[in-house]
Amino acid sequence: MKSPPFSYIRVESLEQAFDLIDQYGEEARILAGGQSLMATLNMRLSTPKILIDINKISGMDQIKLDNDKIVVGALARHTKVANSSDIKKYAPLVSKALPHIAHQAIRNRGTFGGSIAFADPAAELPAVSLALEASFVLQSRNGIRTLPAKDFFLGLFDTALKKDEIIIAIEIPIIKDDENYSFMELSRRQGDYAIIGIAAQGNIKSGIFSNMRLAYFGAGDRPLMAQNAINILEGERHTEELIKAVEESLSLDLDPMDDLNGPASMKMHLARVITSRTLAEISA
Amino acid sequence: MNDNINISLTVNGQKISRNVAARTNLVDFVRYELELTGSHVGCEHGVCGACTIRVDGSIVRGCLMLAAQADGSKVETIEGLSDSNEIADLQNEFHNSNALQCGFCTPGFLLTAQELLENNPSPSRNEIREFISGNYCRCTGYQAIVDAIEKVAKKRNN
Repeated sequence: MKSPPFSYIRVESLEQAFDLIDQYGEEARILAGGQSLMATLNMRLSTPKILIDINKISGMDQIKLDNDKIVVGALARHTKVANSSDIKKYAPLVSKALPHIAHQAIRNRGTFGGSIAFADPAAELPAVSLALEASFVLQSRNGIRTLPAKDFFLGLFDTALKKDEIIIAIEIPIIKDDENYSFMELSRRQGDYAIIGIAAQGNIKSGIFSNMRLAYFGAGDRPLMAQNAINILEGERHTEELIKAVEESLSLDLDPMDDLNGPASMKMHLARVITSRTLAEISA
Repeated sequence: MNDNINISLTVNGQKISRNVAARTNLVDFVRYELELTGSHVGCEHGVCGACTIRVDGSIVRGCLMLAAQADGSKVETIEGLSDSNEIADLQNEFHNSNALQCGFCTPGFLLTAQELLENNPSPSRNEIREFISGNYCRCTGYQAIVDAIEKVAKKRNN
């Protein structure tokens, strides 16, 4: 279908964007990659009065190393992030996740910041951000604040981003020696939304799990950390008993919904399967 | 309010200036405004790939990009890639391999295949399948399309 009528302005600066947000409030939507927003508009699921196109704001798409962090500009397209040798080296979990995002044509336009702001519970990058303990840099007319991923995703398509804020960057701590990672996504076909997925990274020095982060997508109304599983893993070696305990604990933290893919019980089963595979991969 | 936007862009090498409704998407623009009907409209939400168009050298979904966003950009459609002979070998091999029947998905596949071979000149069959997974075909069952792309890759590398 075709989208309903709206107005459109392509801004050159954040200040211009903030002016328009002030002026139009709830009736304005930010247009970045547009790969989720335009689909929503084409299906008439939303009727904004004006789109504020921020694609031409310069300098917001860079990928830069900054001491112990790698900083990704919110407008960095998925393809750019996927091809980045710095990301492969310093945040390989991101590189591993990226090919699972939709398809090439969508990755050529979609942005890192857009994926975070949209916060689809079945999306990859929000869960990856949780697993990497990333922080999001949010800017408004009043200034800049940085929020850790764990405080950002509040509910179904609901984030801590205020109405007058724009995500400008994602800060990712670089992977440490002795850390290993794993990413697994189950979907019906290549590029489909995930039925269930896990993004995991943690310390595995001398074969002992420590500071593990297990973040799941498709497992609830937002990306979820399996805190009980993480506690069980801390300080332990990979054994069959340990993995069984971890699997049993998942129902305390995950809450998938019944949907067209299958019932919640199926997704919980799959969550246990990919968890044991992930932990085997990390400790290998 | 800016319901209508002035845009200037190049389409298949030609400079174009138009005034478009803000909500006009890129594939509808090339089809209705420029009569370039080689790009097709399928699902209108980004999953089928029939609307695949090249913008500033990269394939995009024509249904998920506004014509207004293409202001200042270089747009190439199947007509342009065909007229310049850029994809002549792909077109020939699709024909030889029986990789099209109704042809509705074919322009999208050709643009996608061309980007694949630019990024990865010697893809395995699995890599081909993964890359073209964003284009749907209801007629062929895909095998012949994979065959055609594989054959072109081999010929280009010789």
